[in-house]
Amino acid sequence: MKNILEFLEATASEYPHKTAFSDGESSLSFSELLSLSRRGGTQLLRRGARRGECVVVFMKKCPATVAAFFSVIYAGCCYVPLEMGLPMHRIRRIIAKLEPRTVICDESSAEKCAELGYGDRILPAEELFSCEAGPELSAVRRKCVDIDPVYIVFTSGSTGEPKGVTACHRSLIDYASALCPVIGASPDSVFAMQVPLYVDACMKEILSAVKCGSTVFLMQQSLFTSPLNVLSFLNEHKINTVCWVASALTLVSGLGAFEEGRPEYLRTVCFGSEVFPVKQLRAWQAVCPGARFINLYGPTECTGMSFYYEVDRAFEDGEPIPVGQPFDNTDFMLLREDNSPAEEGETGEICIRGTAVTLGYYDDPQRTAAVFVQNPLNPHYPELIYRTGDLGRLNERGELVFVSRKDSQIKNMGHRIELGEIEACACMAEGVESACCLFDREKGRLRLYYMGSADEKELRGYMRSELPRHMIPAKFLRMDRLPLLPNGKIDRKALMEN
Amino acid sequence: MNELLEILEDIAPDVDFESCDTLIDDGYLESLDIVSIIAELSDAYDITIPAREIIPENFNSAEAMYSMVLRLMDE
Repeated sequence: MKNILEFLEATASEYPHKTAFSDGESSLSFSELLSLSRRGGTQLLRRGARRGECVVVFMKKCPATVAAFFSVIYAGCCYVPLEMGLPMHRIRRIIAKLEPRTVICDESSAEKCAELGYGDRILPAEELFSCEAGPELSAVRRKCVDIDPVYIVFTSGSTGEPKGVTACHRSLIDYASALCPVIGASPDSVFAMQVPLYVDACMKEILSAVKCGSTVFLMQQSLFTSPLNVLSFLNEHKINTVCWVASALTLVSGLGAFEEGRPEYLRTVCFGSEVFPVKQLRAWQAVCPGARFINLYGPTECTGMSFYYEVDRAFEDGEPIPVGQPFDNTDFMLLREDNSPAEEGETGEICIRGTAVTLGYYDDPQRTAAVFVQNPLNPHYPELIYRTGDLGRLNERGELVFVSRKDSQIKNMGHRIELGEIEACACMAEGVESACCLFDREKGRLRLYYMGSADEKELRGYMRSELPRHMIPAKFLRMDRLPLLPNGKIDRKALMEN
Repeated sequence: MNELLEILEDIAPDVDFESCDTLIDDGYLESLDIVSIIAELSDAYDITIPAREIIPENFNSAEAMYSMVLRLMDE
């Protein structure tokens, strides 16, 4: 096997009429998904798409978007998912960096694309699927190899310049084969996808569908403004498997939804991307007594998730739930700052090796070379590992436990955020000379300290137009002068104690 | 009502709480805001907002939130 399309093709022939993706309004069976994707692939090739080229898919969260992803793969190209929920400045930078020849859009993004001046590159989704599948698809397929890229997913970069993580077929095939047995994906699995389609986290559901024939219901973000609506969604669609960020689970349990009802069909609850409070885990366990609970952990740079831990014991309040052990065919080491291996129980940087390690950051050799590095424990032949920047240690049971970050990257509502990106955005506002963003871990809130003449309200308004909500600081504090360290850098510690 | 408006403006200063009545339906408020609003209202008015009240109808306008608060204070 060398191409993830083989998953889709096999599943479409085994379960042609089974629902693959649905958002409640529209749905696609596996054969429909296959047919649309082949049409889309043909259309892209007729428009002159070249192998390996980036195609932006700027659409809302709906089944047709998944078909657009697979269309791009059929054309031998690499898809770049964008959505209106992303920060505007990030969208502009991504498109400026990639200079894509095609931006596939739908009614949610058409106006924005025109406004941004991408007129001649726009391919409306209806047009993408409008031609018949042609023989050019197999010609492209013969040229493809398993290290060709499938997607580029952009993550927050500390300078404000986003990083495009590029993942290939081989990593995704490997990921699907390791993940599906762990989360128990099967033809009778019914997923409710909480995460957006522009993050690699959505590959858990997409791969489970195309590899195992599972059905995936796509949830709109607005659903999460009402915990009871989330609960009725789960029960109405007989959802038995969820892989959500911990804060989405917390939103339901923390706002008292279980006093009114319970998820009746859940048998697997995966959580991850951030720390899940033990109290909330217990609340979910109490209403889903027969379900398995699995903690998932992994950086985008290593293709989705890399580690898992199935909850097999009770935890004390505040005790960390381990991230456990690596997936099959993934290995890791904990390295000290001098690159020597950490001793048993000692904290070290989590470094990952194996097929899961992605191709690197697109068009960014410098930042790629900083973290995709030669395995320092192997001087004999080229072997790249990924340095996560996460610190971890093994507990007395030999399970990996996440300790903290090496740098200023944080997680808020499951989103990976570089504080530097927020600062860079603040500094682009008129009347801001310098800015420093801090994360109050206890309250889960961001605070922005800045120097300059800008009014707090205006600055907040500007940042809301540029950044998504989870990146907007809760408090804006204007200061006459930001405290500096002797080396001229902002003294973050002094501000934290402020 | 003024106190409520102040609380809301503190959470999302660029939203027009005085006239908008589609705060949820049109996405002016997200789940993150709802969590903050619930925490602030519970504190300020010493009420418990049960899950059955956390529905778009009760959060689409400042007025709807206000009548929900009054109702819960009576209970």
